[in-house]
Amino acid sequence: MMKKAEPTLHGWGRVKAPGREVRVDDLSRAPDAPLSRGLGRSYGDSSLPPPNGTAINTVRADRLLKFDEITGALRAEAGLALHELNRITLPRGWFTPVTPGTHFVTLGGMVAADVHGKNHHVAGTIGAHLSRLLVKVADGRRVECGPDLERDLFRATVGGMGLTGHILEVELSLTRVPSPWVLQETERVPDIDVFMSKLKDAAARWPMTVGWIDCLSSGKNLGRGIVFRGRWAEPHEAPPYLPPPPMRVPWPKLEAPSWALNRLTVGAFNAGIFYSHPNRVKTQVVDTYRWIYPLDAITNWNMMYGPRGFTQYQCVLPDEAGPQAARRFLELLTSRGGAMSFLCIIKDCGPEGVGLLSFPKKGISIALDLPVRDDTQALVDALNEHVIKEGGRVYLAKDRFTRPEHYRAMEPRLDAFMRIRKQWDPSLKFRSAQSIRLLGDPA
Amino acid sequence: MKAAILGATKGMGRSLARLMVERGDQLVLLGREPVELQRSAADLQARGGAGSRVHHFRCDLAEPETFAPALDDAEAALKGLDAVIITAGLFATQDELEADARLNQSVLTVDFTNTVLFCEEARKRLLARGGGTLCVFSSVAGDRGRKPVVLYGAAKAGLSAYLEGLDHRFRSKGLKTVCVKPGFVRTAMTEHLKAPPIASEPDEVAPVILEGLDRGTPIVYAPPIWRWVMTAVKSLPRFAMRRVGF
Ligand SMILES: Cc1cc2nc3c(=O)[nH]c(=O)nc-3n(C[C@H](O)[C@H](O)[C@H](O)COP(=O)(O)OP(=O)(O)OC[C@H]3O[C@@H](n4cnc5c(N)ncnc54)[C@H](O)[C@@H]3O)c2cc1C
Ligand SMILES: NC(=O)c1ccc[n+]([C@@H]2O[C@H](COP(=O)([O-])OP(=O)(O)OC[C@H]3O[C@@H](n4cnc5c(N)ncnc54)[C@H](OP(=O)(O)O)[C@@H]3O)[C@@H](O)[C@H]2O)c1
Repeated sequence: MMKKAEPTLHGWGRVKAPGREVRVDDLSRAPDAPLSRGLGRSYGDSSLPPPNGTAINTVRADRLLKFDEITGALRAEAGLALHELNRITLPRGWFTPVTPGTHFVTLGGMVAADVHGKNHHVAGTIGAHLSRLLVKVADGRRVECGPDLERDLFRATVGGMGLTGHILEVELSLTRVPSPWVLQETERVPDIDVFMSKLKDAAARWPMTVGWIDCLSSGKNLGRGIVFRGRWAEPHEAPPYLPPPPMRVPWPKLEAPSWALNRLTVGAFNAGIFYSHPNRVKTQVVDTYRWIYPLDAITNWNMMYGPRGFTQYQCVLPDEAGPQAARRFLELLTSRGGAMSFLCIIKDCGPEGVGLLSFPKKGISIALDLPVRDDTQALVDALNEHVIKEGGRVYLAKDRFTRPEHYRAMEPRLDAFMRIRKQWDPSLKFRSAQSIRLLGDPA
Repeated sequence: MKAAILGATKGMGRSLARLMVERGDQLVLLGREPVELQRSAADLQARGGAGSRVHHFRCDLAEPETFAPALDDAEAALKGLDAVIITAGLFATQDELEADARLNQSVLTVDFTNTVLFCEEARKRLLARGGGTLCVFSSVAGDRGRKPVVLYGAAKAGLSAYLEGLDHRFRSKGLKTVCVKPGFVRTAMTEHLKAPPIASEPDEVAPVILEGLDRGTPIVYAPPIWRWVMTAVKSLPRFAMRRVGF
């Protein structure tokens, strides 16, 4: 049998780069490698090794090491997938304190990106719920760290995109939930200004909020969409059984042709979603999985964007930029022809977390999926220049196109991060395709 | 079900053990590395939920003297024994085995002689209790002599033949023998091999194996499509086998 030849890897956006990955059972005894990688759900190049390098894929290191059903304290190997964790804990009344919009992520990936969810305004990022991390650092030692232990390493590892070492184990506290169901309220919103005020109002009363924006809307409809508000259903409101295990409809393992996404198809899709929602507040008890992970219902949906792949642009615009910041952002987007985006998600964020490079900060986050085209780099540049002026920043877990000078301008915390990183890894052994592109690491 | 399982720390054994604890089976883990055993036992206990307790004892398939004590300990800890499962095994490529006589000896010994010796110890205990199920992982590689698996395949062929004989000899006495023949499954064992398009993940094959274990199916191809693949391979004439690369 031949040696496996796997010349390219890609993130969720399917933009390919030279490199390979090797799955390892025992992370602490893995061969030397510049990067760990989980389920590859980061969109851009953060989970890709330096060109032609090899990343350690962690998915086989997926054992629970401790789960205290009285306190919710949990420790597990870093490759444990969130969908598996949810499957085990939700029926027992516990849920991850923070979840991204997909459950096909590993604990290690959640920590390295310091993920946020619909409850960011009340719960912060995952970093706020960690008690311990076990990290294999550059000199080969395995170091325990946490909010009260090796705090520098902890703060650089949370949100550090794998650049401080291999996270081997993760210890966190789960949250008690009254039932495995969610009570949701949805409402159609005519434009961006109403959107902003609805999100703000909702934040004061609801633990989970998010909005979907029709990115092709313009003029007086600019920023129309649907706002989602949710909380865990109380036992008397919920059906007396568990939500059924998520069904998965596979998108055929085929890349859609590149012409499939155009103004017409995307516009029709977006308008369809908008108008299919009744023009009144709709309240219902919904399946947790379908509520939090709507996209996970279709496997491989990332192949829909065709052979060139896609990227997600996600930025946060701080409160200091004022209530009109989101409108200005959308105006810039429409002035450039609008983004051919099915998905434009808006979310109000709470305060910044412990991670030194953690993404969210008090303000408003906007995320849009963009098919890769000839003008993608120019579009990202323009958006970035705008975001810098507003005092905002982009999310590394999504990024593939930001230029190093733009990143530096957005990220005053970078020096502090690099100082700690170099204390633990003077020769910059840990690197990624992204750190080479953005932080000027050697290739 | 009360079962002892040798090789549950990784791969298909891990997936199978998880399915079993989650439906309430009582397990004892046997294996060579205490730390691995302890971590896997913790994982299974957490999945099994409140009150589930998974014992583990040292047993190294390379050291036959560990077999009897480990099985005794397992039987005592479980206060009974309905099934013994052996997923442990060694693999190396044909090139590696041809180049390294010692490695070859240990693969042949572990996968055939020692596995059979372990099965004999297990068989005696199960028969003494009036029967039970002996579930052993052989391989599709044992179905026909083929270029890439001459040596490994020979050990597995011997194992499959032993398991069939055992099944004929003892089924009427209550001992069911289940010979599992996995196809290409993505585990540590196959990490460095080029995966065919029909490669599976351990979690995908575990339910098939568990069903075979419950029913006492004599031969379980996992996933089932490999039954047809191997039927085709077995029907190829020798002159054709000599030409093809698989
Ligand atoms: C549909 C979808 C929705 C999403 N929604 C959200 C959202 O709502 N909020 C949000 O915050 N994110 C969201 N994301 C992004 C996702 O949560 C992050 O990219 C996350 O990091 C992915 O985890 P992963 O296991 O796939 O990691 P990968 O993508 O494989 O890796 C991500 C980063 O983590 C590092 N890493 C992974 N494992 C380790 C380890 N063991 N040790 C050290 N470093 C490691 C990698 O080096 C890389 O830098 C979404 C992604 C998708 C596809
Ligand atoms: N994977 C395939 O494609 C494939 C195909 C056909 C047949 N098979 C057969 O299926 C079985 C399981 O394979 P797998 O792929 O799941 O393997 P795996 O992931 O490599 O796991 C092997 C298991 O066996 C244990 N083990 C290995 N040597 C041992 C020894 N000397 N003493 C005790 N335990 C030992 C390992 O324990 P440690 O934790 O101590 O390492 C581990 O738990 C094997 O018999 C293999 O030959 C596999």
